[in-house]
Amino acid sequence: MRALYDRLKQLFPLGEPTWQRPDLAFVTVPAEFLRPALLHLRDREGYTHLVLLTAVDWIEDEQFQLTYLLSNRTQARDIGLRAMIPRDAATMASIHELWPTAATYQRELREMFGIDFPGSPRIEEDFILEGWNDIPPYRRDFDTLKYAEENYSQRPGRETHDPATHMKQQLHPDGR
Amino acid sequence: MDMFPPDRSQYPARKADGTLDIDLASGKYLKLWQGPNHPGITGNMSVELTVCGDEVVEGKTHVGYLHRGFEKLMERRSFIQVFPIVCRVCVPEPDFNEYCYAAAVEELAGIRSPERADWIRTLILEMGRINSYMMYLGGQAGALGLGVIAQWTTYARDLMLDRFEELTGARIYHMFILPGGVRDGLPDGFDQRMEETLREVERTLMDVFEVMFRNAVFKKRTVGVGVIDPAWLEPYGVTGPNARAAGVAKDVRRDQPYLVYSRLDFEPVIGHDSDIYTRADVRRRDVLVCVDLIRQMLARMPRSGPLMAEIPNVLHWKIPRGETYIRGECSRGEYGYYLVTDGSGTPRRINVRGPSYTHAVALLERMIVNVNISDVAALMVSLHTYPPEIER
Repeated sequence: MRALYDRLKQLFPLGEPTWQRPDLAFVTVPAEFLRPALLHLRDREGYTHLVLLTAVDWIEDEQFQLTYLLSNRTQARDIGLRAMIPRDAATMASIHELWPTAATYQRELREMFGIDFPGSPRIEEDFILEGWNDIPPYRRDFDTLKYAEENYSQRPGRETHDPATHMKQQLHPDGR
Repeated sequence: MDMFPPDRSQYPARKADGTLDIDLASGKYLKLWQGPNHPGITGNMSVELTVCGDEVVEGKTHVGYLHRGFEKLMERRSFIQVFPIVCRVCVPEPDFNEYCYAAAVEELAGIRSPERADWIRTLILEMGRINSYMMYLGGQAGALGLGVIAQWTTYARDLMLDRFEELTGARIYHMFILPGGVRDGLPDGFDQRMEETLREVERTLMDVFEVMFRNAVFKKRTVGVGVIDPAWLEPYGVTGPNARAAGVAKDVRRDQPYLVYSRLDFEPVIGHDSDIYTRADVRRRDVLVCVDLIRQMLARMPRSGPLMAEIPNVLHWKIPRGETYIRGECSRGEYGYYLVTDGSGTPRRINVRGPSYTHAVALLERMIVNVNISDVAALMVSLHTYPPEIER
């Protein structure tokens, strides 16, 4: 993996890598170099399988992390490319021309995180949600509990317990 | 498909952006919805078909009928509270969720599950694989009108559910593989009862082979139909039996062995014709591999030793910042969990990578064009997709 990182480093301005396992590494790539880096990995390094494309909301840094995980089956290795994009201008280049199946991931990311991929097929169409008019629900600032309380009624007689307090009470009923 | 006339004048032209120019008002085309409630659909999804005569010219997959927002729910829960949720992502083969989640948490928390637990985990995954294939075989036959096959395979699956019940206490959602190890060891007499079940599975499979795979109608409707071009495997993320039926031995158990697979003797089952029949046959033969693997495991697994590693107090469990991806070979292909932690007591992000995500959307939409309407159900079932993996 280190040899691959060195080869990539000569071509693209990479961030510090994370050597998660001998067969899995994550590396940060500037968003504008992501597409050429993916193309290089696919065509020159044998990372032909797009395992997944997903996002992580780092709301405290006002950034989204997009993770593109690629796999090379012959060498039994995986590399995850991380691209950080600003939350308030969440747009990324589409890669549906590299992997047609990426269009599905991109549709979901637009719906769930509000990240746009201009030019991606059917990107405007609803994927899972229908008629959703709130903020994209997988963003960290979307509060599922508040949404549920506002939109659904509670079953009468229902009690909730904080698990830590409940277990403490069960294990130490005398309060010691 | 040579059954359609060579005259393509009725076929819609392509617009500049590559989409088809379908004028429904012309009367040449008809919109048909297969699903979400339809005998020829795989679970809670639907396919919006545009047909010209009895030929499909365009198909669009629609999901969202079973969206439960699992990935978001998990972000609000502690690591141990996530554990009973994950299995519910996939009903027919829930154990992969438990294994992938547990392994991801263990890796980021620096925990190593005991060897005996790894053997039991592998055993459970193979038992679940048999169940999933049994459901598939029934569904594949049912999509072509062979209703009795599903009754036989459901019988065999039910026997395996009995084994699950005595091992884990539950039939469908087992909640047995938890971060750190497994809940319990094998009960007394389990080996003998499992051997009886395996023999019944083999006997059922022989009947299925005689009645389904040697059936002239089944052959006529599946041989040469629904071919996945091997060139599509990488662009469309095709894995598992769908890839193996196209002659590519993609199998995570062999490519990147996990748990105890490197110590077991098996070869991935492959086919070459890549049509519906071959995919069904690859899965049928894979059941026999599972049966063999279970016998190997029962003969070799350690019978004593710890089942759980030491884990921190689960109510105050915090995992340092990190990210990882754990994959396994489920009955439908590559199943994986991408877990991101931020040093707090809850996951920052969990992404479930189910094989159906690619198979039932991009691949199906590609394959469904030029197919006869009557073959759509068989084609869809042959990709062995479970919609809850797509929408989680």
